Order: sequence, then structure tokens, then C-alpha cells
Amino acid sequence: MKILVCISHVPDTTSKINFTNNNTEFDSNGITFVINPYDEFGLTRAMQIKEATGATVTVINVGSASTEPTLRKALAIGADDAVRINAEPTDAAFVARLLADYAEEQNFDLIITGRESIDYNGGAVPGMLATYLDIPFVNACIGLELKGTKSTVIREIDGGKETLEGNLPMLLAGQKGLVEEKDLRIPAMRGIMMARKKPLIVIEAGEAVKQTSVLGFELPEAKAACTMIDADNVEQLVELLHSEAKVI
Amino acid sequence: MAVLVYAESWSGSFKKATFEAVSYAAQLADKIGTEVIALTIANNNNSTQLGKYGVSKVFTIANDSLTTFNNQAYANAIIAAAESTGADTIVISNTNNGKAVAPIIAAKRGAALITNVLDLPSSLSPFTVKRKTFSSKAFAQYSTEATQKVISITPNAIGAIETNKSAATESFDYTATESDNRLSSVSVDKAKGKITLTEAEIVVSGGRGLKGAENWNMIEELAELLGAATACSKPVADIGWRPHGEHVGQTGIAINPELYIAIGISGAIQHLAGVNASKNIVVINTDAEAPFFKAADYGIIGDAFEVVPKLIEALKTYKINN
Repeated sequence: MKILVCISHVPDTTSKINFTNNNTEFDSNGITFVINPYDEFGLTRAMQIKEATGATVTVINVGSASTEPTLRKALAIGADDAVRINAEPTDAAFVARLLADYAEEQNFDLIITGRESIDYNGGAVPGMLATYLDIPFVNACIGLELKGTKSTVIREIDGGKETLEGNLPMLLAGQKGLVEEKDLRIPAMRGIMMARKKPLIVIEAGEAVKQTSVLGFELPEAKAACTMIDADNVEQLVELLHSEAKVI
Repeated sequence: MAVLVYAESWSGSFKKATFEAVSYAAQLADKIGTEVIALTIANNNNSTQLGKYGVSKVFTIANDSLTTFNNQAYANAIIAAAESTGADTIVISNTNNGKAVAPIIAAKRGAALITNVLDLPSSLSPFTVKRKTFSSKAFAQYSTEATQKVISITPNAIGAIETNKSAATESFDYTATESDNRLSSVSVDKAKGKITLTEAEIVVSGGRGLKGAENWNMIEELAELLGAATACSKPVADIGWRPHGEHVGQTGIAINPELYIAIGISGAIQHLAGVNASKNIVVINTDAEAPFFKAADYGIIGDAFEVVPKLIEALKTYKINN
């Protein structure tokens, strides 16, 4: 079985977000980049399947050379090989098309992505990629069990969950639940050493159309000072929520 | 050039997010100078309700093959309705189901997809709209030159505006194909009577400061009194005091209710990212230095185990008097 795990290279969750070039570009100065947290759940689940079935796991991303340490980290966690498509990932349809061009030739049985990246949060690439490849798409996936080519998956729905069944190939956009937080794999020394020798191939981007562009970014307005209320006077809070905030 | 809005149903009925999407679509159509058509699938005959939010025509699909949500089939049904009405802009609510159909529709139609949209477009040519990005730590103005568009609206971001219009319904048909049914639903497990987090007007949330799962009774009591949904911070979900579905924050659910009450949550940047779009934030924390107070509108420095019971009493008194 061949598994493809798509990896986004994103700012660490503790990052303070700032913009540069007249608020048209993300300011990556001083930012630590990591594997997108949603992708980590899928990568770990892929490792578990690899160990149970002998599947091979390829990781891929669309990005510049600066994203390679993130791919190396995925290799250190246990992926067999890595692919980088050399392009700036600025539009979902563009990224999905480039990934589809690669995946189409490789016949993966299972493709796992995160449900969204924590930078642009479009949540668009997984469903577009599945559609370009004409395979089923499960969003917000929180459970996966495989029996041969038969797959049982659980997806989060608004206020609950749904269990689905189908045959591979399929694409799952995962999140926490696919594996638990405590089971997430982190690179061990041996893995880091081995990752240096694993293949990381670079493919030049083919033709793909961009549908959207970002005109500019803005940060939320700073909050006015917090109104402090004495712990012995919670009635004042109720009164303010009623008369000032008008929420009760 | 019409606007088509997918009016999502949950167990046959509409929720607030549906009315918001319909209202958005009606205002957008007005701005463009075109008509708006709503599409409902497996709705229990309350489609005419949508008229109140500005649509004049509602297509209803009541096909046995579409009784249960199926993202491939629903996406294809929405595409078929768009084709039959000549709609080039499709509006969808950014719910879990909405997120499961929107990219399929966009990919099949070669349409531009803009998700997490917060407002009506500031310009129609090129189409430019504000959306959430960087996990709610920032906003971005996205633009597209594409004629075909799929716009997915953040629940709770824009109000549903009532009009005095009324809608006529027309039946529309789509039958799921073999390809649509490559995945089949085995079971749906819905938390009963719970208010959906992303739609809730008020959210009461607890953090590690509550010390244990057994102390959530007062959170639930406070939530019930306010008609609120309950939520929690990431560590609380990771320890297992509360289910993952309640985790709000950067890697959990992003919310933007009218009122967010954070109890025993310090306000790490990852938590703030998911909740700072809330219109009003109340923070109750023992630590006066908790970073959350900087992001709050109202703050109480105090022990949750003393403050929350008092707040419950004060709200009960308020309810009796109002």
C-alpha cells in the first residue's frame, strides 16, 4: 500500500503574526516553522499503518527550498521519502493542481492531509485535490481503520460525528482524533540520522492556474482596556452584560 | 449571473447559519443586481421560511438518495442547480458539511473558492472580500477575477437580516450516482440537545484552573442559564476532562460568539487565536497577570469556585427581575 501525506510548512502556533511590505506579505522574521499541527495527526496515523501493514509513506509539500527542514522532520518521524514541488503556495487551486499532477502518476491508495493549514486556513486544498483525482473526500476526519482496501472513517459533524465506509483510494483531511495528541510522533535521534540519507526529490512546478490573490492583510484592532469587576460584586458584571454589552 | 445559496438543513430543519448564508446571498445578489435562488436538500417542508431572509425562489430536492448528507452527491446536486439557473456565484455556510462540499464544487466548476468570509465584498470588480486568516490572528482581503465563485461564510460573523419578501418553492431533482456513493454513511452520532459551538451566541469555557472534570457542573449550569454552549481549552481536552469537540483555539474550533466567558483559562496565544473574534469577552481568573485580561472586555480576579456560583445566583436573580 502507498500512502501520501501532504505537509504544510507553517508558523509555530505560538507565533505573533506580523506583516511586511505595506501589509501585503507575512513577516517571517524570527518565526519558527513547523509541520502544520493538523498534518501531524495524519502523519502519525500513516506511521501506525506503515508499521502494521508495511505500507510506504511519501510526504509532499509545495514550497520553496526553505520548507525542506520541515520535510526532513517528517522523514525523521518515519516517512520513507519526500517530494517538494518547487513553487510558492499562494493559492489553493494552484497547490491542489500541482499535488494532483504528482499524485496522479503514483497511484496512492490513501492520501492524508490536515483539514486546513494554520496559516491561511483555506481548508480548500484537500477537497480540490480529491476532486482532481476523482477519489472520495472525507473532511474533518477523526478516525480511520483499514481492513485490506476497505476503510472505515469517522468525520466530525456539527455537534457530533458520522461513521462512513468505502474502498480505497480516498483522501482524508484529518485533525486531532485521527490519533490522540499524546501519541503524536516526534523525531528521535536515530530517525534524524536516518532522515539525512532518505530521498528528498525536488520537482519543478508545472502549469497551474491561480484563482485568488491576497490584496493585503490586517491585524485585529486592539481591545480597549478591560473593565475590572470586584469578585464580590458579580451583580455589576450581569448589569454590564445587560446594559452595556447588550448580550443578555 | 444569478447567485445560488445552498441552504443547509440539519435533520430536516434550518439553523441560524443557514439564515445568515441566505441573507448574505440576498444582499450580494442585490449588490450585483441579479436574483438569488436558494437550494434545499432533504428539508422538512419549511423552505418558505427562507423568503423572510430575502430569496424569492427556493429549489427543493426531496430525493430518497439524498436523505443523508453525502458530500459528493450534495456537491453535484448544488452544481446541477447552479447550471440550471445559470448561477455563477455559489454561497455556502462554512459549517462542517459546508467545508466538505465547497472545495468539490469549486474544483469541478473551475471556480475560485474563498472560505471563512466575514463580510460582503468591498468591490465587485475584481471581487474582493475580507476573510479570516492565520487562525483568526489576522484578516486578509482576497480578490478574484474568476467569474465562477464559491463563497463560504463564517457562521456568526454576519447577522441574518429579515425582509418582507416571501419565497415560492419549486422542486428540483438530482439522484445520487454510483460514483457519489463510493462512501456510505454507517451511523451518525449526534450529541442531543446541545448547542453547536460555532453557532452559539454565548459560549462558556473552562480551563485547567477548574482542576478536574468533576468541576464542570457549575460550567454547565452557568451555560444552561445563559442558553450557551460549553467549550474548553486545549489542555483540558488533551487530559480528557472534556471531549475534543469542545476544544476552542488555534488547533481546535474557531468561534466568534456575542459573548465568550473564559473561566480558569490563562489566555495563551494559541487559545486567543480561536476566540478573539468574540464580540465580548469575560475572563475569570485567580491570576491578575493572566494574559487573557489584556484581550478581555470584562475581568474578574478571583477563584472560579467562589465567583462562578455567585455569578449563577446573580443571573438567576436577574432572570426573575427581567
